[in-house]
Amino acid sequence: MTVSIKITSPLTNADVEKLRAGDKVLITGVLYTARDAAHKRLIELLDKEGIALSAGKLPFDIKGQIIYYVGPTPAKPGQVIGSAGPTTSGRMDAYSPRLLDLGLKGMIGKGARSKDVLEAMKRNKAVYFAAVGGAAALIARAIKKAEVIAYEDLGPEAIRRLEVENFPAIVVNDAVGGDLFVQGVEKYRGTGND
Amino acid sequence: MRKVSVKDITAKVKELCIAAACHLEPDAAAAIRVASEKEASPLGREVLAQIIKNFEIADAENVPMCQDTGISVFFVEAGRGVELDGSLEDAINEGVRQGYKDGYLRKSVCDPLKRTNTGDNTPAIIHTRMVEGDKVKIKFAPKGAGSENMSRLKMLKPSEGVPGIKGFVVEAVREAGGNPCPPIIVGVGIGGDFEQSAILAKKALLRPVGGKNLDGDVAGLEEELLKTINGLGIGPMGFGGTVTALAVHIETYPCHIASLPVAVNIQCHADRHKEAVI
Repeated sequence: MTVSIKITSPLTNADVEKLRAGDKVLITGVLYTARDAAHKRLIELLDKEGIALSAGKLPFDIKGQIIYYVGPTPAKPGQVIGSAGPTTSGRMDAYSPRLLDLGLKGMIGKGARSKDVLEAMKRNKAVYFAAVGGAAALIARAIKKAEVIAYEDLGPEAIRRLEVENFPAIVVNDAVGGDLFVQGVEKYRGTGND
Repeated sequence: MRKVSVKDITAKVKELCIAAACHLEPDAAAAIRVASEKEASPLGREVLAQIIKNFEIADAENVPMCQDTGISVFFVEAGRGVELDGSLEDAINEGVRQGYKDGYLRKSVCDPLKRTNTGDNTPAIIHTRMVEGDKVKIKFAPKGAGSENMSRLKMLKPSEGVPGIKGFVVEAVREAGGNPCPPIIVGVGIGGDFEQSAILAKKALLRPVGGKNLDGDVAGLEEELLKTINGLGIGPMGFGGTVTALAVHIETYPCHIASLPVAVNIQCHADRHKEAVI
């Protein structure tokens, strides 16, 4: 079993540069949650405010941050958050390049990203992590604090600020073009068992 | 006629909703444990270990194994000797409403155009069939969108035959990659018409994981497809590996002489299904 790299969020360019596709990481620090509906609102806000908008107009300062694509189940009494595993990242592809250009440094989800997103990641030195889809009860244990900071009316899709400790993820796309989905599948193609 | 109260149906449905979200059925759990021993990729084995640990936590702590507690799909067999004192569909929807609220499950159903959440995970998707007997059998299978979105349907030409079917199924899985949370179960509906093939594909997913079709030829096709799919190299969560699918389940139905409908419904590893007989 390979050792996980410990990183803290928000991320710096130096943090991102040392990560490579296939690395296992444990993230400690702040994550912001957002899915399709929240992304749509962020982009509408940017469209309304014009191209010259500074990232400061968004509901949170996006520079260096990691967005986690998740819509948790409601917390039971006494829980910090309900079950909270990753959702399919591809649904955010239309929105992500814009946010990356404003300073977003990391994204956590599941599944592959579009060419446009990968290019925007290289351009802005950003990283895409996958968490294990469906491992929602396990992942929730890494979330120590959760607070809705915007779009409360969206319910599970509201933007939350999470404080996490040793949140388990895997680097899928690094900032230099490495892609675990491509490399991993190539390695095992034709070797399947039944 | 045997009298059944819709209140009993509501209570049972509520129970099924909560139990399905939190407690993985033994057949699905066993299939994942077997996969974790077969997987050749070390990272793939770690992913499967996390998946196993996750469903054990969900089971012990009574919490949902996945945050996507799904759209609520029911297959109901209503005995013709049963007399209900109200609407079956209303009773099921009320059970969903109560189960998703009291079970702290995510409400994931919205208007398709306005995208406003209905707030209580209703309406459910209910397939009802009238059968012999005096019981009501309810099968519940909540379906997450990550896997459902990767499903495909195609009206093939009859001349494309079995090779065409194989190609279409394998391509659907290849294109889906890591999105539907592999290891997956592949439900395939062959025949019927447009909508029947899709329902067959979903019904195929209700079979215990790895259960074979009773027709030897169809079972052979299931086995062959499983082998080809696991040779794609997608592996757990798409990180590369030798276990992409836990099983391929095929259901067939006669079709028009000019048609060959094929539907592929993909199920994630959190293969939630529960049933009850009232």
